[in-house]
Order: sequence, then C-alpha cells, then structure tokens
Amino acid sequence: MSLWGKLGWDAIPLDQPLPLISSAVVAVVITGVLAWVLVKGHLPYLWKEWITSVDHKRIGVMYIVLALVMLMRGFSDAILMRAQQSIAMNAPGFLPPDHYNQVFSAHGTMMIFFVAMPFVIGLMNFVVPLQLGARDVAFPTLNSVGFWLTATGALLVNISLVVGEFARTGWLPYPPLSELAYSPGVGVDYYLWALQISGIGTLLSGVNLVTTVLKVRAPGMSYLRMPMFCWTTLASNLLIVAAFPILTATFAMLLLDRYAGFHFFTNDGGGNVMMFMNLIWAWGHPEVYILILPAFGIFSEVASTFSGKPLFGYRSMVVATMAICIISFMVWLHHFFTMGAGADVNAIFGIATMIIAVPTGVKIFNWLFTMYGGRIVFTAPTLWSIGFMVTFVIGGMTGVLLAVPPADFVLHNSLFLVAHFHNVIIGGVIFGAFAGYEFWFPKAFGFKLHEGLGKAAFWFWIVGFYLAFMPLYVLGLMGMTRRMQHYDVAAWQPWLLAAAAGAALIFIGIVLQVVQLVWSIRHRESLRDRTGDPWNGRSLEWATASPPPMFNFAVLPNVEGEEAYWGIKQRAKQQALPEAEPDYVDIEMPRNSPTGFICAFFATIMGFALIWHIWWLVGVAFVGAFATFVVFAWRDNHEELIPAAEVARVDRANRASRSAALVGAAAAT
Amino acid sequence: MGATNAGARGNVATVPSNHRRDRERIKVRDRPGAAARWLCAALPLALAACESALLDPRGPVGRAEKTILIDSMAIMLAIVVPTIVATLAFAWWYRASNKSARYLPEWSFSGRIELVVWAIPVMVIILLGGVTWISSHQLDPAEPLSSQKPIEIQVVSLDWKWLFIYPEQGVATVNQLTVPAGVPLRFSLTSASVLNAFFIPQLGSMIYTMNGMRTELNLHADEPGTYRGLSSHYSGEGFSDMHFDVRAVAPEQFAAWVGSTRSAGARLDTAGYVALAVPSVNPPPSAYGAVEPGLFDKIVTQKVAPGPGAEPEHKAATQAPVQGTK
Repeated sequence: MSLWGKLGWDAIPLDQPLPLISSAVVAVVITGVLAWVLVKGHLPYLWKEWITSVDHKRIGVMYIVLALVMLMRGFSDAILMRAQQSIAMNAPGFLPPDHYNQVFSAHGTMMIFFVAMPFVIGLMNFVVPLQLGARDVAFPTLNSVGFWLTATGALLVNISLVVGEFARTGWLPYPPLSELAYSPGVGVDYYLWALQISGIGTLLSGVNLVTTVLKVRAPGMSYLRMPMFCWTTLASNLLIVAAFPILTATFAMLLLDRYAGFHFFTNDGGGNVMMFMNLIWAWGHPEVYILILPAFGIFSEVASTFSGKPLFGYRSMVVATMAICIISFMVWLHHFFTMGAGADVNAIFGIATMIIAVPTGVKIFNWLFTMYGGRIVFTAPTLWSIGFMVTFVIGGMTGVLLAVPPADFVLHNSLFLVAHFHNVIIGGVIFGAFAGYEFWFPKAFGFKLHEGLGKAAFWFWIVGFYLAFMPLYVLGLMGMTRRMQHYDVAAWQPWLLAAAAGAALIFIGIVLQVVQLVWSIRHRESLRDRTGDPWNGRSLEWATASPPPMFNFAVLPNVEGEEAYWGIKQRAKQQALPEAEPDYVDIEMPRNSPTGFICAFFATIMGFALIWHIWWLVGVAFVGAFATFVVFAWRDNHEELIPAAEVARVDRANRASRSAALVGAAAAT
Repeated sequence: MGATNAGARGNVATVPSNHRRDRERIKVRDRPGAAARWLCAALPLALAACESALLDPRGPVGRAEKTILIDSMAIMLAIVVPTIVATLAFAWWYRASNKSARYLPEWSFSGRIELVVWAIPVMVIILLGGVTWISSHQLDPAEPLSSQKPIEIQVVSLDWKWLFIYPEQGVATVNQLTVPAGVPLRFSLTSASVLNAFFIPQLGSMIYTMNGMRTELNLHADEPGTYRGLSSHYSGEGFSDMHFDVRAVAPEQFAAWVGSTRSAGARLDTAGYVALAVPSVNPPPSAYGAVEPGLFDKIVTQKVAPGPGAEPEHKAATQAPVQGTK
C-alpha cells in the first residue's frame, strides 16, 4: 500500500480525448472565473455575502445555481448518448462500451441527485420561509452545511471525469455488477461516496425544512392557511426524512461489501441481491415524489396567481398531497415485477401504484378548475404550467400502464420505460422548476427575466421534448431495451435520429435560457420590479421588497386567512388608506458561519481519500471536519442584532419605492 | 421486424422449406390487407405498429399482453384525452384578453365538482385494478400455460452470452435457441454472475436471471419462425451483444435438430461450463451434443462458483478493443 493508495498517474485517462478536452475546458473556465474574482476584488464579497451566508435566500439561490450548472453537464451526456445511438447501427459509434456505460450512469446520477434535487430544494429554501412569513429557516447553519455537502457530492462526480472513472452500473448500482468482483475500479466508489456525502446534506435539508414548516410560521399562519407550496414542501421533506436514511444505509452496506469484504449483496457468502432491490426502491420510489411534490406546489401557485383566482379545492389538494406522501411508500415493488415475485404480490403492488394516480388526477382536475373562470395571463410560468399539465397526464398514463404487471412484463427496461420517466421528470419536475425559476426570479433579484426569450425557450423545450421522447415510446414497443451501446435492427435507427433531433431542439432551448439570463442581467434596469409584487401575487413572499431584506419582513405579518397577502391587499383597498408605518423593533438574525464551507472542504478531501484508499488522508480530513463542528458548537455569539433604526431605514426605502411605483402605475392607466 | 429471418449465424440447422409458407400464412391471418399496408407506409405511427415486436405477438402470452396493453391504454385515454382538451380549451377561453369569458375571481370550491374529480379517477382505477388483479394471475410467468407436457429448457446468462440446456434431450446451445412451435415451453433460469433479463418480445413476458436463484417462465410459440431474443437488463461491457435468435420449428424438425446436435457437438460438463463462464463478447452460436446431468442445479445452488469477475480476466481474455482507464 503506497502513500497515495490506489491513486497513480495512470488514473488520468490520457487515452480518452473526449473527457480530457471537456474537463480542460471546464478547468479553464473555472480558473478564469476565479482569476476574475480575485483581480476584481470580489472575493471578500463572495466570502461574506454568499459562501458563509446562512440566509435561506442566498442558500436557495446557490442550490439553483448548482442545479443549472449541473444541468449543462448532465445534458452534455444526453447529447453524447443520442449521438452514439444515432450512428451505432451495426457500427461501434464513437463511444466504446467502457465509456458509453459511464456516460449513461453519470447522466442519470447527475440529473436526479445534482439537478432535480438541488433545483427543488433551492426553490423550497428560497420561497418557503417567505411564504410562511418567517425570518429564516429553523436551522440556518445546518442549512448551509446541507448545501455545501450537496456541492461536495457534485464536485466528486465531476472529479471522476479526470481522475479515474465513474461507475458503469447505471444510475442505481445494482449488485452484483456493482460489487468488487464485477466492478473492481474506483467508478462505483466515486458514485457511492459522492452520494453518501450529498445524501447527508439532503437529509439535513429535509430535517430543516420539516421543522421550519411545522414550527416557524408567522402569527396566524395555521396549517390550513399555508400556501399550497408549503404543504407540498412539508410532504416532500417528510419523505426525505423518512427515505434518505434508507439510501444511506443501503449504500453503507454496499460500501462494507466493497471495502471490508462483507456479503450483504454479493453472489457468494450468503449475500442477497433482492435485499438491495427492495431497499433501494424503498428509497427510490419516494424519491420520485420528493421531486414531483414541490413541482405540484409551484404549479398550484402559478395557476392561481396567473388565473387571478384562489386555488380551486384547496383542502382537497392538501388531502391529495398528504395521500401521495403516504402511499408513495407502499409501491416500491413495481420496479421489479419481472424478478419473479408471485401473482398476488405483483397485483397488490400494481394496484397500490394505480391508487396514487387518484390524488394525482384530483390535482390535475383542480388546476383545471382553477383556470376555469379565471383571467389567465400568459406569462412564461403560465406556459410551463400548461405545458406541464398536458405532458404530465401522458406520462402519468404510461406510468399507470407500466403498473399493470403483465404490461410491465413486456415493457420493463425498454425505451418505453425510459420515455415514461423522462416524461414525468422533464414534463413534471423540470417544467415545474423552470416555472418556479421564472416566477420567483424577480423576488430574488429585483428584476424580471426577459419574457419573450423565456417563452421562446419554453417552445423549444416542449417541442424538443416531444420529438426526443415520443420516438422512445415507439422504440419500446418495437422491443428496444435501454442502455444499448450499439444495435443491429435497422428499423430502430430513424426513431433514434428523430430523438437526437429533439435533443438538439432542447439544446436550443437551453441556449435561449442562458441568453435570457445574460440579457436580463444586462438590461435589469428596464426590467426592475419596484413594487415587490410584479405578478399581483397572493401569498406573503410578495408582501416584502424584491429582493427581500436580509430579515425578510420588517415586521412579521399578521395572517388572517388563506391567501394572506391577497387579504392584506383587499383590506387596504377597502379602507382606501395608506398602510400605517409600523413600530420598528430590533431584529436578531443568525450570524454568518463558514462551518458549512469548511466542513464540505474536509468532506471533499475525505471522500476523495476514501475513493482512492488513502487512509492517512481520510483520518486527517475526518479530524478536520470534526474540529470544524466543535469550533461551531463552542461559538459564543450565535446571532447579531439589527437595530430598529436600521430596520426602519431599509423598510422606509422599500415603502417609498413601492408607493412611487404604484403612483406611477396609477398615473399610467 | 416481425418474423424476419435474422440470417443464419453459425451451425444452426437449415430452415425447412415449408417454413416460408407458414410465415406467409401467418401474415395473411395476422397482418392487415394491402390497403392497410399502404396506410402503414403513409403514417409513421402506423408504420411503427406494423414493425413493432410487441404489437405483432406470435404466441398466446404475447397476445394476451398486447390485449392488456391496448385495453388499459384505451381505458385511460378515455379520461386523458378529454383532460388535455379541457386544459387547452380552458386556457384559451379564459385568457385575460377574452372579454366575453366570465370572470369568477372568488370561485374556489364546489362540493359537486370535488365529488366528481375524486370519483372519476377512483372509478377508472377500480376498473384497471380489476384488470390488474385478473391479468396478473392469468399471466403469472411461473404458471403453466396448458395441461400439455411442456419442453423443459434451462437458461443460464453468462458474461456476455446465453447458455440453453435441454435436460430431457441432453443437448445444450450457446447464443441460439431452437424450440418446437405449438408446444408449451417451460424455462428455468439463473445467472452465472450478474443480473440479466431473458426476453423474447414477440413471445411475451421477460424474466430476470439471478445468480443463486431460479426463476421460471412459460411461453408458447404458435407457429414456426425466427424471433429476436435479448437481454433486457444491462449487465456490463458486452451487454449490447447479448441477443440471440429464437428459431421456432415444427415438432418433427425439432426432433431432427436434437438428433443432429447430439451427434455433432462436444459434451458440456462442469469444467467446460467454467471455461464458458470466462467473460467474452458476442461469441458465435455453438452447440453441445451432451450435457452433464444436473449441471443447471449445480449452478443454481452455487455448487459451481459464481462466474469470475468481469474486468481483469476479461481484458486479458478477449481481443475486443477496450479503452480502459487502468
């Protein structure tokens, strides 16, 4: 055993130009950005205002930035796969199996764990305390630790591109293929340690948000007055708290197999792969709902805001949300109907799966009746929501079809399945995340995103989506299975070419979104929102300034019904009086802390050392991370005081800006 | 695709002359007429249906599954299509610029509508749940299809090829499966190493192969023909080549094939199996004239150790260009 464990110069894949070139480009970009930050003197600002920030709004934004960056990375893998399958008809293509198998494994891992998860967690982090009328989340520093551990996982996955290799097992490392006997390289270890570390981050975030919704609400904000997004956040985070420990335990068992010669899932020594299947899907199916429930919440907010009406059947929606939350734990076996369970077991899990379609269907109908009788404004978030409703019912239908065991017997693992879950994850989670991104962007930064570019991006995305994934349904019916590096059936190729064209359209959509962001930042003065309420919103996040002050609300709002802010606005109109200035008091806010960042720094080193068996470094990094926590725990000053005068100064400026804008708007009409 | 002959690979017996006629007969019975064939050529989706393995089943299991697929889809489309239409119609009619649309700014609850929106999905799911319960039992892969005595076939997935053992006939093949048409087929399956799934799309149900475990599958090919078989669970480097031809032949030709295989091939014993289990990508089809009795049970009960690790040995053992990182 050498000083550097299994790590040597041969870990760098010099024989594979593709990952080397792409990672070289990434390295140049990162170095350039760092150099720019240093030269321009932005480092102190970044350190004080972002990296060490425990402000839920800043952390939420950083989660979303992470998700958008990783979306590029995961999407480039998608392009590689579509290109490979387009040309690999009776031909080797340009990606050998060794590389192709890493690409599809990395694509799935990144899109689920480092795009979809941070996107929805970022939105929940940013929005929920504002909607609840709170000053911050329940555990601000824990929140920061959770984010930085997620970023650690993303970083480790990306390091695997240059140093060593990634897993070749698919996005879920089914044993025995993922066991040491069949995957002796470091790829599976990269996967496991990246997800162990980011999984702890996710669990911390889940604990934090559950506590926030249950315990940190404005006066009068009872459970049945919470906006729908808070309910779906609660359900989603309850699922995180219940499901992620299962993932951690399952991966811990696989790690013990790989590192310590245990036999949980090995072929020999009494190992049992079925145990892995049951455990991983006991996490994996709730995970799907962890992602989609917040998206349901976003669509609820968007549908009601832009229809100019309250959400239809609010209490029915609450019941449906919590029903989905509970039933989603009772359906995991539908992921392996084809592994020889008996007819009774298959039928029961099939029917349980279909039962989830009931509350989901109710939600769709309630959005439909939210639009009924409305005055629908077609903004970009509206388009994403309507695109979602149309697309998601198709994905839901194919999902119920796959829940019929005999149908699954011929469709399992086919491209039909691949089309189905992209249909619900892109058409549901990603469309929802984009709707939320456009909807709350002005709240986060004080200016709107360019409307036309946003709509253009939507149209490229949705047309591209249908062109990319409808052919995969057809290919599934033609008997094409997933994860094929090459094939010899000529009839499949035209459909694969169509799918590649669809991916190209989505690529244009992504480019338009980048252009939209850059253009909007450069022209932010013309897109400025001075009212804090650019969409005529209904919940409390619109009651404060855009961007909100660090303490969110100068005075905590008093909630007197559903749709808290709508009620405040209606009362103000009836009384026809300018809102009286409140009595300002000192506000205590949590102090910034580098705990999360330093802890993640050590976690990154520890993860890397564990992957390469550099045991002394594991020890050093572990002691470092532990010491960070000890220092944090012994900290004397947890909070800083914002004096009433400062609160008043900030709030008066916001009020002046708001009333000037309202007067201006009144003069214009 | 359909019953296209994927070409003779290796030492399979020649396809009998009446085979083509049988295939024509199937076409006449199962396939649409000339006008419909033109329609197929005109419409991409219809074309897909014509070429689709799952919509062109050649056995009772596949046919039943196709029926379930189409029936379930039809039941759901009955609410999915109106929902999509209503979504688009409501969004269009209630657009802010449409002054003739009624604006109901406070309307947010109706007990009657709630009842209906819960009742519709509940009723659909009750119907589909019934379909699920009945069909799951009727199409349980482990259930025999008829009282007729089936042909026993033992299947072992290896890295990366298929071994088929015919215990009653005492022969075995690699990467080709010859079965009698019109006779129930009873498969017992296991894996030498990692997971795979055994799937012949035109005959129906797939089933996983797992080391140390035995799964069961019953299929039936109506008529002679050549069908595509494949692994439908990713199993590593050679996965994409883990497909094989399934030749369904008339029972008397099956007997003749068994006879010629017996007289031709070598004997498969434990040592030969261990050698076969060394990873290789896309080996040509081959056959064994005799098989050590009880070999399959020795594999299932792990009296023969699980297949060797894929990577280090594999890279030495095959000439396939592998761009490894190690």
